[in-house]
Amino acid sequence: MSDNKTIEKKESRRTFLKKTALASTFATLAACGSDSSWEEFFQKNFKTLDDDDKNKIIKRLEKKYTEKYGKKFSVSGKDPIDDTLFGYGLDISRCIGCRKCVYACVEENNQSRDPQIHWITVLEMAKDKGVDLFHSHADYERELVPDDDHFYFPVACQQCENPPCTKVCPVGATWKEKDGIVVVDYNWCIGCRFCMAACPYGARHFNWAEPNVPKDEINPETHYYGNRPRPKGVVEKCTFCVQRVREGLYPSCVEICPVGARKFGNLLDPDSEIRYILKHKRVLVLKEELNTQPKFYYFY
Amino acid sequence: MKFINFIKESSKVILKGNKYYYAWISSLFLLIVWGGLGYFEQLKSGLAVTNMNDSISWGFYIGNFTFLVGVAAAAILLVIPAYIYHWKPIKEITIFGEILAVSAVIMALGFVIVDMGGPFRLWHMIPFIGLLNFPDSLLAWDSIVLSLYFLLNLFIVTYLLYMHFIKKDYNKKIFDKLILLSIPMAISIHTVTAFLFNGIAARPYWNSALLAPKFIASAFCSGPAVLLILFQILKKTTKFDIKQEAIEKIAELMAYSMFLYLFMFFSEIFKEVYSGTHHLVHLKYLFLGVKGHTDLVIYAWASIIFSIVAFVLFLIPKTRMNVITLNIGAILIFIGVYIEKGIALIIPGFSPDSLGQLHIYKPSMIEIRTSVMIFSLGFLLFTFLSKIAVEIIFENLNINSIKAETGTDQNS
Repeated sequence: MSDNKTIEKKESRRTFLKKTALASTFATLAACGSDSSWEEFFQKNFKTLDDDDKNKIIKRLEKKYTEKYGKKFSVSGKDPIDDTLFGYGLDISRCIGCRKCVYACVEENNQSRDPQIHWITVLEMAKDKGVDLFHSHADYERELVPDDDHFYFPVACQQCENPPCTKVCPVGATWKEKDGIVVVDYNWCIGCRFCMAACPYGARHFNWAEPNVPKDEINPETHYYGNRPRPKGVVEKCTFCVQRVREGLYPSCVEICPVGARKFGNLLDPDSEIRYILKHKRVLVLKEELNTQPKFYYFY
Repeated sequence: MKFINFIKESSKVILKGNKYYYAWISSLFLLIVWGGLGYFEQLKSGLAVTNMNDSISWGFYIGNFTFLVGVAAAAILLVIPAYIYHWKPIKEITIFGEILAVSAVIMALGFVIVDMGGPFRLWHMIPFIGLLNFPDSLLAWDSIVLSLYFLLNLFIVTYLLYMHFIKKDYNKKIFDKLILLSIPMAISIHTVTAFLFNGIAARPYWNSALLAPKFIASAFCSGPAVLLILFQILKKTTKFDIKQEAIEKIAELMAYSMFLYLFMFFSEIFKEVYSGTHHLVHLKYLFLGVKGHTDLVIYAWASIIFSIVAFVLFLIPKTRMNVITLNIGAILIFIGVYIEKGIALIIPGFSPDSLGQLHIYKPSMIEIRTSVMIFSLGFLLFTFLSKIAVEIIFENLNINSIKAETGTDQNS
C-alpha cells in the first residue's frame, strides 16, 4: 500500500488535477473497492492511448507484478505483425482427450488455480452421435483415454472474423486485433458479462473471485492483452497465446499436444501448414450457421 | 425560494406519519441494512458468492432487472388511454404511474450495478469521459434510454407536484408534450431491454422476434396490476381517491394485454414444439425438465396457470367488476409475469449452455439479500414520493397552507 502511495505522488499529479471533478465523485468508491492506485483507476481504454501512455502503463504494471510475485515481470505491448492473420487447426481424428493442452494453457496463461479457470474445454462425444453438443460431456473422467466409443472435441475461443462478443461490449473493452486475435483490456472491462452471453462457444470466462496463482507457478513473461495477472470481476479468454505468437512462437497448447492434433499458422501465407490443411483436409467450423466465421478449423 | 420551500415541506411530509407508517419505514430500513451487509460481502469477495458461474453467467439480478424495466414501462402506458381518449378519471392518477416508473427504473439500474464485476468502473460507460460503445452495443442503448426515461419522469413528477404546491396551473402545452413523449420512451426502454437478449444468436431461447412485443404485452399486465393494488391501499389509508370507473378501465385494458401476451406465448411454444429442432431443449428444461433436472418446472407451470386464470377473471365482466376476484386476478398475473421475467427468461437461456452442458442454478443467499436491499430501497423511494403526492394533491398541502400555519406552529 505505501509503495502505491509513493508512485501516486510522483506520477499522477498532472492526471490527478485534470480529473478533479471525476475524482471527487469516485474518491470514496475507489478507496474501498480495490487495492490499485489512482493512476490505474483513471486509466483510459488501452487501445485509445498513444505509445507514450501505453509504455507508462506497462512500466507501472511490470513494477506492480514484480513486487507482488517477487519475480522479474515483463509485460509486452507488442502490436500485431503485418500481413499476419492467425488460424488454428484441430485434427479431431487424432485428439485423444488427454487434456494436456488444458493444463499447459493454464500454466502459460496464468489462469486462476482456485477458483479454477480453463480456457480450453475438451468435450467427449459419442461416435454414434457425431458432433452433437447436447450429448457431449465436458466433465468426463476416465482412467485411460481415448475411450473406444468416443471422440474428443476441444473448444476454446474460435477467434471469429465476425465476433458477436466484441459487438455487445458496452464500453469497447474487447475487440479484434489486426492479426485476428480477439483481446480484452482487463483494466477497462466492467464485468457485465454481456460478451459471455453473446459467445456461442463458451470461450469467455469470468473472474468470479480474486484470481489465485501461486508465486512459484506464475509465468512472468506476459502481454498486456494476454497472460498478465488479472483482477477479480473481469472477463478473460484464449488469445492464441498472444505473448508467444507475436514473437514467432507456437501457442503452448500446440507445443504440448502429444499426438500433434493441434496446428497453427498464418492464413495469409499460402505456404503455411494451416493453408495446406484448409486445402487438403475435410474441414468444419463450429456453429457455421451463426456466421461468426471462426478462424479455428476442425479437420479430419 | 419557493422551490426550497417545496423541498423543505416535502421532507417534513416524509418524516411525519402514524405508527403504521413508521413501522413500515423502519422495517424497510432494517431490510436495507440486512441486504446491504450481504451486498458488502459480495463487493469484498467478488461475484463468487453468488451461484452464477461461467455456464449460467446471468441469473437472479438480471431477471429482476428485466422485470422492473417492464414495471417502469407499463406504469406510463396507463397514460396512453388517459391522454389520447381523454379519460378523465385516469388522468389524475397518472402521477402515481410516474412515481412508480421513477422507483422501478432506480431499482432496475440497481440490479445492473450489483451484477457488475467492477461497479466502480461504471464511469467507463459515461460518453466522452469513458467510452460508450454506441451504437453497436445494445447495453449502451439501454443505458441511454433508461437514463433519459428516468430524468423525464422525475421532471414530470417534480414539476406537477411543485405546480400543485404553489397553486399555479401548469404549462399545459409543454407538459402535455412531455407526457406524450414519455409514451414512446416507455415502449423504447422495454423494447431495447428485450433486444439485449433478442439480438444474441448464441442463445436460441431468446433469439425470437416475438420477444420484444411479448415483453411489452406482459408489462402491460404486471405494471397496471401493481397500480391497481396500490391504488386500493392508498384509498384505504389516505384521502387518495379513485373512481370505480378508472379501475374498471384499467382492468379492461389489462384483459386485452393478457390476451396478446398469452397469444404470443403459445405462438412461440407452437413454433418450438412443432419444428422440434435442437433449440427445443431450453423449453423442455423449463416445462418438463431435462436429464432428471426439473428445478424450474413448478415455476414454469405456476406462471402459465396463474396467467390463464387471471386472464379468465379479467375477461368475464362480472369477475372483473368484483373487488375480490379483481384483486385475485391482479395478484395472479403479477406473480405470473414476475416468474416469466425473473426466472423463466434468463435461466433457461443458459440451460443447457452454449456447449450443451447443463448446470443447475438457483440464487444464493447473498443474491437474495442483495435483491432484498434493492427492492426495499425502491419501496422506500416509492413510499416517500407517494406520500408527498398524496399530501399535495389530496390533503391540500400548499404554499398558502404553510404560511397560514407558520404563525401558530413555530415551535414544533
